[in-house]
Amino acid sequence: MTVTTITDAQLTPKDYASDQEVRWCPGCGDYAILKAVQKACADMGLVRERTVFVSGIGCAARFPYYMSTYGFHTVHGRAPAIATGIKLANPELDVWVMTGDGDGLSIGGNHMLHVLRRNVDLNIILFNNEIYGLTKGQYSPTSRRGTRSPSTPLGSIENPVSACAFALGAGARFVARSIDTLQAHLITTLKRAHAHHGASFVEILQNCVVFNDAVFENVTGKDVAPDAQVVVEHGKPLLFGKNKEKGLRLKPGKLELEIVPAAPDVLVHDETNRPLAQLLAALEPPFPVAMGVLYCNPATSYEREVVVETGGSLDALLNSERTWEVVP
Amino acid sequence: MATSAVSRPGGRETRDSVVIRFAGDSGDGMQVTGSQFTLETALAGSDFSTFPDFPAEIRAPTGTTFGVSAFQIHFGGTDVMTPGDSVDVLVAMNPAALTVEMNDLKVGGTVIVDTDAFNERNLKKAGYAKNPLEDDSLARYQVLKFDITKLTAEAVKPHGLSSREAHLCRNMWALGLLLWMYGHERTATIEWLQRKFAKKPVIAAANIAALNAGHAFGETAEMTEHMVGYVVPKAAVQAGRYRTVSGTEGLAWGLVAGMRAAGIEKMVFAGYPITPASALLHTLANLRAYGVVTFQAEDEIAASGAALGASYAGALGVTSSSGPGIALKTEMLGLAIATELPLIVIDSQRAGPSTGMPTKAEQSDLFQAVHGRNADAPLAVLAPTSTADCFDIAIEAVRLATKYMTPVIVLSDGYLAHAAEPWLIPREADLPRFPVTYRTDPEGFHPFLRDRETLARPWVKPGTPQLEHRIGGLERDYDSGHISYDPDNHARMTKARADKIAGIANDTPLQTVSLGDDHGKLAVVGWGSTFGAIHQAVKIARDEGRDVAHIHVRYLSPFPRNLGDLLKRYDRVLVPEMNNGQLVKLLRAEYLVDAEGFSKVTGKPFRVTDIVQRIRGGAPPPAEGSGLGGEAG
Repeated sequence: MTVTTITDAQLTPKDYASDQEVRWCPGCGDYAILKAVQKACADMGLVRERTVFVSGIGCAARFPYYMSTYGFHTVHGRAPAIATGIKLANPELDVWVMTGDGDGLSIGGNHMLHVLRRNVDLNIILFNNEIYGLTKGQYSPTSRRGTRSPSTPLGSIENPVSACAFALGAGARFVARSIDTLQAHLITTLKRAHAHHGASFVEILQNCVVFNDAVFENVTGKDVAPDAQVVVEHGKPLLFGKNKEKGLRLKPGKLELEIVPAAPDVLVHDETNRPLAQLLAALEPPFPVAMGVLYCNPATSYEREVVVETGGSLDALLNSERTWEVVP
Repeated sequence: MATSAVSRPGGRETRDSVVIRFAGDSGDGMQVTGSQFTLETALAGSDFSTFPDFPAEIRAPTGTTFGVSAFQIHFGGTDVMTPGDSVDVLVAMNPAALTVEMNDLKVGGTVIVDTDAFNERNLKKAGYAKNPLEDDSLARYQVLKFDITKLTAEAVKPHGLSSREAHLCRNMWALGLLLWMYGHERTATIEWLQRKFAKKPVIAAANIAALNAGHAFGETAEMTEHMVGYVVPKAAVQAGRYRTVSGTEGLAWGLVAGMRAAGIEKMVFAGYPITPASALLHTLANLRAYGVVTFQAEDEIAASGAALGASYAGALGVTSSSGPGIALKTEMLGLAIATELPLIVIDSQRAGPSTGMPTKAEQSDLFQAVHGRNADAPLAVLAPTSTADCFDIAIEAVRLATKYMTPVIVLSDGYLAHAAEPWLIPREADLPRFPVTYRTDPEGFHPFLRDRETLARPWVKPGTPQLEHRIGGLERDYDSGHISYDPDNHARMTKARADKIAGIANDTPLQTVSLGDDHGKLAVVGWGSTFGAIHQAVKIARDEGRDVAHIHVRYLSPFPRNLGDLLKRYDRVLVPEMNNGQLVKLLRAEYLVDAEGFSKVTGKPFRVTDIVQRIRGGAPPPAEGSGLGGEAG
């Protein structure tokens, strides 16, 4: 972000909470995300009046109401467009887009594609719970095949979209993944996203306790997590397992990853390498799911390239091209 | 006003006003020809009104009737308010242009044709069994047959053009001839060609040669009784500096002027390509020096979203489209109404529904503008009456949007977007001033605190300390701005939103009568681009001794506060509209007046005679010719 030079170091996470009662279901993963965002804001000393949270529609979209910053709860799927307008009007604002899997990848998929492609300087946080929660549990574009829901009583026959693979395909220059319950990792990831100039895309695996409880248990469960996740860090080998005894490397002669015992030829994570990021983003069980900053490769953000000046003479404009004088 | 006949050396005849239509293939450069003729007409001091009429296809197959592109100009010394009902001179560059356009030609009118284009293949494409130049089917007209193709080729020969390149200079030859016929200069056109082809000096020189050759042909050709020059008197208009202005330019510059008047630093104009609204995006894209940011969004929804986001951040948010695109913006308009943010929406209406006839004008989005949203969602709707009025209406839209914190829809149309008229250039110093005040005082603040007079809520720029707040589409409490599902509060907020828009009528001018008395037998009530045709028709009817008045409504939501009383002072109210009866229904619903509708939905503007005949109570006007615009259905 471009406004981090002005910070407010005096604030605590509580200072970023609004006076509104939080109305998510008890046990919802959104509480943890709200807590992480408020902690990250305090750690970074974000100036509240310069910070704007923009959302579309859905459970995640209630987020702005619970922040003490500026907030705009808008139209289903359209938050990226509205946030783009805010940045065009005032590039100095620190703008966050809070969205969900339905909001950001279904009804708003087109806007997500274009806001990432344009590289507008926004922090885009996608809460992925693989379900439509606010409308009572229909399958979403990230729901796995076979997901039973009120609208798919026989199980979904659709192939899910991978949020991070989509973002990379759209040309995003910062793509990361974290988990609602992984507080320390989530806060670090949010701070990295915020430090990135341009569109930062963060997918958070978020548990919907009512309609899709434990859907990520095979990845996030305490017992399975060490083997089911690979936490990536730039410049460090891609190791996982309880004792980091396993690693990922390129299968010889193929453009795909394979699991090997920790060995010298394990790949070292390079977050500026887009093809590697694509391979990591696509990993799913039985491979470990990749967490952390998969890709970070900044370029000038969209609104910084917009040329606009003020003060041009209106009289000169109106008298440009051919004019003629009528004399009395 | 009208000057008496003046004789000029060279035996020129005088005409009070003339209507010329240039018609050819969409690749023949007829729009350029018409625009340049317009410029020379303007510089000659005539009043004028133009009507570009082109197909939706960019380059339809050559020689076909559906590929005919036409440009009509009406110019003269007095009362030029429409592009003209019927044509005095038709320039037909091929048989298709002749067959499509000649039904509007006056009996005794002049047809200028390129004989070379009347070959067997082109005649067949145009549906002619026989060559109309060789039988008596054109006996009612004065037909001037020139081999324009050959004459152009000879003129450009020294420049070594390919035959295809030479062919593209034909329009300049025809333009040269017409400029001679009406005693116009060629200087501005020559300068324009030099600028346009600055990087291709050979092409510039060849076009100038063709232009000069056409002009010289008129001067030196054997004078037949038909091939005479004319003189058209200058218009008696207010002194001052003039230029031509299209509706698109008027809107673009008016938006900039409005932004200045409001003291807003930046305009964010977000659009998506759509005919005929794209021209506004193109025009504003060149106004970066005036604080204008243009954004070509991924779709119409994003365009309206970006504009609304910009308004939320304190800039002037503007979006623009045509009917189908406006439909896509509907939900965002609802959010703008709910969150009470300023937003300007320009609708260049076209014939529909759905894709309809993209290049043909209609006034059929009035219902969509006034009512086309879910729930009770009032906003302000304005309609410019002419290309020059586009400038003033854009300023007014900015004033109302920012003062009342509301979306304002401006209903332009495909005709106004492209038509051009002379315009007395305003001076920036003389323009209105209505500076906005952004709220900065935290004392007693909440986001929906209403101004007692306007009922508008405060406009707060994010970035303002201690005014952090949250707004959104959920219903909010009248007294705190917090989310509220309270039934009584919703009723109160619904009323507040309605009262705010209704109250705008206290801040806009009373409805005036454009022509005639403020009471009587008949009021002809129009809106938008039909102003000229209705005005002329009422003038003719009044000259015949009829008790008739012209009322033109610029404020369509809310209506001017005296409109109902005014309409009730007439025995009859007639509402001509280029739709199937929309304003007439709004007037009937609002005021219980027994207004009669008069629809024209051919995609072409009203002719003066259409309305005159209706006022006279005569038979319906004869159907228009086989023009493309008339082929709806």
